[in-house]
Amino acid sequence: MKGNSDKMDRLRQLKQEIMALEGYLPQKGQQPDSRLQLGPLHAAFSGGAFPLAANHEFISHTPSEAASTQGFLAVLLGMLLQKGGFCLWLGVRPQVFPPALKRFGVAPERVVFVNVPREKDLLWSLEQALSCEALVAVVGEIRELGFSESQRLQLAVERSRVTGFVHRHQPRSLHALACATRWKVAPGPTPMSTCMPGLGFPVWRVGLIKVRNGRPGDWQLQWDGQGFQEVFREEKRQAITQNRRNYA
Amino acid sequence: MPKRFLSLWFCHLTTDRMAIRQPELRGKPFVLAGNERGRAIVQASSREAFARGIRPGRAVADARAIFPDLLIFPDRPGWGKRLLCRLAEWCLRYTPVSAADPPSGLMLDISGCPHLWGGESAYMKDLVSALEGKGYRVRAAIADTIGAAWALARYGEQGSIAGVGGQQEALLPMPPAALRLESRTLEGLEKLGFRQIQQFIDLPAATLRRRFGEGLLLRLGQALGREEEAFQPVQPRVPYEEQLPCLEPIRTAKGIEIALQKLLDALCQRLSREGKGLRKAVFKGLRVDGKTVEITIGTGRASHNPAHLFRLFALKIPLLEPALGIELFSLEGLLVEKVQLPQEQLWHRSGDPAAVAELLDRIGAKLGSGRMHRFLPQERHWPEHSVRPSRSLDEKPDTDWPDSVRPLHLLPVPEPITVMVPLPDYPPVHFKHKGKLVRVARADGPERIEQEWWLQTGPPRDYYCVEDTEGGRYWLFRLGLYGKGEPQWFLHGYFS
Repeated sequence: MKGNSDKMDRLRQLKQEIMALEGYLPQKGQQPDSRLQLGPLHAAFSGGAFPLAANHEFISHTPSEAASTQGFLAVLLGMLLQKGGFCLWLGVRPQVFPPALKRFGVAPERVVFVNVPREKDLLWSLEQALSCEALVAVVGEIRELGFSESQRLQLAVERSRVTGFVHRHQPRSLHALACATRWKVAPGPTPMSTCMPGLGFPVWRVGLIKVRNGRPGDWQLQWDGQGFQEVFREEKRQAITQNRRNYA
Repeated sequence: MPKRFLSLWFCHLTTDRMAIRQPELRGKPFVLAGNERGRAIVQASSREAFARGIRPGRAVADARAIFPDLLIFPDRPGWGKRLLCRLAEWCLRYTPVSAADPPSGLMLDISGCPHLWGGESAYMKDLVSALEGKGYRVRAAIADTIGAAWALARYGEQGSIAGVGGQQEALLPMPPAALRLESRTLEGLEKLGFRQIQQFIDLPAATLRRRFGEGLLLRLGQALGREEEAFQPVQPRVPYEEQLPCLEPIRTAKGIEIALQKLLDALCQRLSREGKGLRKAVFKGLRVDGKTVEITIGTGRASHNPAHLFRLFALKIPLLEPALGIELFSLEGLLVEKVQLPQEQLWHRSGDPAAVAELLDRIGAKLGSGRMHRFLPQERHWPEHSVRPSRSLDEKPDTDWPDSVRPLHLLPVPEPITVMVPLPDYPPVHFKHKGKLVRVARADGPERIEQEWWLQTGPPRDYYCVEDTEGGRYWLFRLGLYGKGEPQWFLHGYFS
């Protein structure tokens, strides 16, 4: 029996090592990164850590969804760029209006935008950027991405340990890619509970469709400039307040 | 080191060129004619026509009366000068400094070059025989000064060389016209019986100046080397340049890479000694057939890292067409700037701007520069003008980024929408964009944005942030005011 448990321990250890190599866990001897404060999202990842040295795929269909995805990406970038450094935003045409990035905690002058008219050149530049260790993160707005191409990007990321975000707007097919996660971010309505008129903080319905070694999920999150808070649907909110009243 | 100059005189430049282009004209008398004051005048005559006494400046009608079988072609003005510039470029293989000397000569600064050919006479012989092999009839001479070389080429014996300091002796028996004087001065000299330079060279300067003006003294001084003479080379000297001549013409990509590597190593060593780096460089190959092929690169910040520069060039090497082979490679730094010394960065591993700049250079070399943008704030009112592209990675914003709410996705051109508005200055109840009806659930605004008063041409814009029932957020604006014509509505962006 003792030999068996030793084996299991050894297996677990090896699994951890492989995951560290693939970028899902911080490497041995390194502190887990404290830059990303994702609040309720952390529970979805194995070990509670957002995989940094990996590619992440985002899907959007409508212009509003694309803007929400970019907003969510901007929040992640803002957390990653806290300690300085540069980030590259590649796309076929200019997509992001730089002054708006400030609201999400990104210094707009730290982002370099690259416009590549041809998708083939875009893939080449994306791979070059992902293999540059001096960058913090790279966002690629690319519509179509094949499986073997995504494998190349994954190899580049494993070597350089840069975080890659691939935003696919209106993709033709949703086949599997060599990415650590697949997200879908859609805008959510301003919660009715705020009795204030006008628009509130940005609210997103964040769907984690696929995650390697983790648990997919759905959240409705609000970004208030400091961190994410979960926004509950009206019936759930009422149920919670009802419960509180019952206990009181 | 004393300067040495070689003057080349093409006796029949344009007609020789025509005979080269059209071999059937060889050995036939022909002239190039142009109109002057309503008459056709001979501008240039071929060797055979010249031998029969048809000189430039004669009327074509006279020439034709004497030789009815004379061929006449129209002259193209400016052609001779262009031809000279091309020939001056061809002469760059003999000396790095060559200049066109219109109307029909070349001037080469050959200081320090002839010993490579084994002496001045061998050098001149090689040059003259190469040109005569092409089909030009040329006369050449070498002297210490531009003026003396010019005079010897035109009025001395073929291939005469004035030794160091020997220009005065060589000039003595020449006619005054050898000094490149104006026709009025020449007439004055002729009138006084000065047929040779030795007759007036020893006269006091004051006397000469009084009778013939400053021009004669200047030309005499230039020919004797007492006065400086300006020299305008056909290709300006580039301060940062390396050359690599090849024993055999290079035709393979590997060979070109080796040549490029050698040139880059040499140039970068020099640049790093001086603390400078390349911003723009051109790599040229002189081909066997006389054409030049070149590739140019630019960098975002000055660099003297040979490995990085090589990678930038390597992307473009397939564009170089060696054809029959490349004889001479040269690497020129067109724009050289001081290198910013890299600072030791202690606390973060990532974010080294030099590495990012190298990445952007690589992308720029492949896709063309102008594709990378880094934005800085600009103090302008309209949202589309509120950012400006920065010039370098190190430039800091000179004003703060505005705190106002702006959409993350700004449409490059506002798109027109149709709206239903209950009251003026109220946000719309719903709007139609590209045939899709959007119901507005919540709204903020209006925020009035005008153009700057010194630019203002149109009505102001009133912006509203609106949210539809699904949570999608839009940035709308109304152009114009109710009560003053019919205002138009536009969609200008999507909030996240």
